[in-house]
Amino acid sequence: MILHTVNKSPYADQTLLSCLRAASEKDTLLLIEDGVYGALKGGEYSALVESAAPRILVLAPDLEARGLLDKLSTTIATVDYAGFVELTVTHDKVVSWF
Amino acid sequence: MIFSLAVYGSPYTYQSSDSAYQFARELLNQGHEIYRIFFYHDGVYNANRLTIPPQDEINISSRWSSFAGENNIELVVCVASALRRGVLDDSESRRYEKDTHNIEQNFTLSGLGQLIDAGIVSDRLVTFGS
Repeated sequence: MILHTVNKSPYADQTLLSCLRAASEKDTLLLIEDGVYGALKGGEYSALVESAAPRILVLAPDLEARGLLDKLSTTIATVDYAGFVELTVTHDKVVSWF
Repeated sequence: MIFSLAVYGSPYTYQSSDSAYQFARELLNQGHEIYRIFFYHDGVYNANRLTIPPQDEINISSRWSSFAGENNIELVVCVASALRRGVLDDSESRRYEKDTHNIEQNFTLSGLGQLIDAGIVSDRLVTFGS
């Protein structure tokens, strides 16, 4: 079980797509920093993210910092930094995509 | 658990050093141990004590320094990345006959082996990329 973090917007960079190609269904993908743009509802990537095999989560403080809390896709859950740390503990390793 | 962090991003350009800082604080909140924080590539600019951000902004290098001092955490800067970017300690400054040095307190210059060592010793190595 791997925790993947993606910190780039899919509108600007290929990291989310590369990560989704590599991640397995047992993995978890955490969108941080500009990565949170991938989880907006009605966006170009929302269908892809909502139907992805690995579980996808979003770092709430980074969503909030961008004024996007109410724009998040309704099927995607958020975590705070406490949750981020817990995810790194419950997964065997962390792979950062940047 | 024992954690180490790798920071690749330049402060004031990328969010990664702030993300790493918030993550590091939360690690200590939850009772984890931080073995080392390693600054690589443009991340070495986090160690420049001559940065002067406006007063209503965070001074990123001094924030790292206080955090490390208060919690006894090792901040290691990749020496090869640092020298080519002009981040020097006293001994490197003398060696290359420069008129000053600029590494922030509580940071040390060392080799890439320290990142490998951190990966071996720690239960988790978390990278904050630029």
